[in-house]
Amino acid sequence: MSNLHPNQNSTWPVRADGFAVPYEVFLDPQLYAREQALIFGGAAWSFVGLTAEIPSAGDFKATQIGATPVIVTRDEHGVVSVMLNRCAHRGALVCREPRGNVRRLQCVYHQWNYDLRGRLRGVPFRGGFNGKGGMPANFELDTHNLQVLRVEVLHGLIFATASRTVESLEKYLGPMIVSSIARICGDRQLEVLGDQRQYMHGNWKLYAENTRDPYHASLLHLFHNTFGLYRSTQAGACLMDDTHRHTMLYAKASTSDETVDREVYKDVRSYASQFKLSDPSLLAGRSEFDDGITLVIMSIFPNLVIQQIANTLAVRQINTYGPNEFELVWTHFGYTDDDAEMRGIRLKQANLIGPAGLVSMEDGEAVDIVQKAIAGTMGASYLGMGGGKAEDAEHLVTESAIVGFWENYQSYLGLNV
Amino acid sequence: MSLREFSPTELKYHVENLLSRYVHCLDDDQLEIWPTLFTEKCLYRLIARENTDRNLSLAALFCDSRPMLTDRVVSLRHANIYERHSYRHIISSLIITDVKSDEVSASSHYAVFRTGTNGATELYQTGRYDDLIATENGEWLFRQKIVTFDTGRIDSLLATPI
Ligand code: FES
Ligand SMILES: [Fe+2]
Repeated sequence: MSNLHPNQNSTWPVRADGFAVPYEVFLDPQLYAREQALIFGGAAWSFVGLTAEIPSAGDFKATQIGATPVIVTRDEHGVVSVMLNRCAHRGALVCREPRGNVRRLQCVYHQWNYDLRGRLRGVPFRGGFNGKGGMPANFELDTHNLQVLRVEVLHGLIFATASRTVESLEKYLGPMIVSSIARICGDRQLEVLGDQRQYMHGNWKLYAENTRDPYHASLLHLFHNTFGLYRSTQAGACLMDDTHRHTMLYAKASTSDETVDREVYKDVRSYASQFKLSDPSLLAGRSEFDDGITLVIMSIFPNLVIQQIANTLAVRQINTYGPNEFELVWTHFGYTDDDAEMRGIRLKQANLIGPAGLVSMEDGEAVDIVQKAIAGTMGASYLGMGGGKAEDAEHLVTESAIVGFWENYQSYLGLNV
Repeated sequence: MSLREFSPTELKYHVENLLSRYVHCLDDDQLEIWPTLFTEKCLYRLIARENTDRNLSLAALFCDSRPMLTDRVVSLRHANIYERHSYRHIISSLIITDVKSDEVSASSHYAVFRTGTNGATELYQTGRYDDLIATENGEWLFRQKIVTFDTGRIDSLLATPI
């Protein structure tokens, strides 16, 4: 049983030479249950989809916030709603398909039906039959709606929260993240290219650490390093919002010196200068953004990563299935006004990312081998690179944003430190 | 010689033979053979059925030349980190759907079992192959192989092609 529970003399290990993360945070079912209540069901905005996934009136998408099934809809007035996918009668799934187009949401169990904003519109046998049965006289439709969440849409990204008190989405994200989202999603209409789903046998927070970790990116991912898509020697930064919930990690390819890199990485397995592509079309992309930034990994607490790697653009949504299981849903996108060649580049560079991706498949392995190794143990990990404190870094040899993530996590869970 | 001159039994024999060689090289760690079973200009696409059902073309793997297939193999051998594993492909229900003078269309179903380092074997993926097969210098080769997988939820990662 975890000692990381409030009011139980909880202790988070402290060390002078950096930051420690007790492994039980990746294992403990009670912490997992509290995360569902205090993070995914608490004062946080979770990503649920792109407006481009539900372009027409009546479109719906079934997804999750953490472990909780939700429905995202667009009604005849264009209004986007998010509600629990749980019938107000006796709790059945209302949408049993991942997506579709409907006029009403109807639960199959006893055919209660709801409009696209989740309001109960009809109940069979409400008045009984032949004067028998039926609902109580004081039964009111509008007290049995689906549980509707607060929704905000930012540049085509839909976020929802069950919290009535959490600040506006824009405040929650902070100006740096808002402008970074605008950079990728602000000016042009997004076009969905397709999804990839990756089921990971690890705790979701291992992935939260992974995407806030520029230290591993050129060491674990040889493909990144060898082809200069990402190296820790490149110009870049690892920045957090004021609350340290979110991280923006970026790099500019071709800002490092090939000769210097050869020296820096000379003993490193992941720098294989002899490895050449026999079909270079895979990496023949286009420069898309004027700022020269070629790689962006934005980690938005709790369940979203937005990425730009070369010409691949994607959102990755984290859905949890237990302390040891989560699914990563990658939705790749481009822009509706991409020309045919650009669309082709994005589809081809998709070989780089996702569960089969030449640069990203290793993250599945990284999550897996940590979860396997910590089974049954106490003990703690160590974060020291860059100083072991939650600070912004104008370089890429740091783990500081991971420390920021944990400090924010501690405050969400009310863990005494 | 036009492929129309082959009898249905002969065609099926050649297609089956190619499919068998295909899965043997993938399953017995002879990945370097895999690209040689394709024509120089070719298309290999491994795509989730949930994408094709929505008319979306995003694939898990998408190679449009034999050198690109080779690059995938070289990367798996020298660059990528993944758990050592092996597959067994089981192919069934082959049908020849069309015969042109220079190519044959064939469809079949597959199941792939994966064995990891702990020795547990799990059903990893099911799906279908839709192939265009041509002959070059008397050799039967894939001109196009579209692999559409049912198993949209990829377990951990996908390294070796299907
Ligand atoms: S549970 Fe939905 S109508 Fe009864
Ligand atoms: Fe990574």
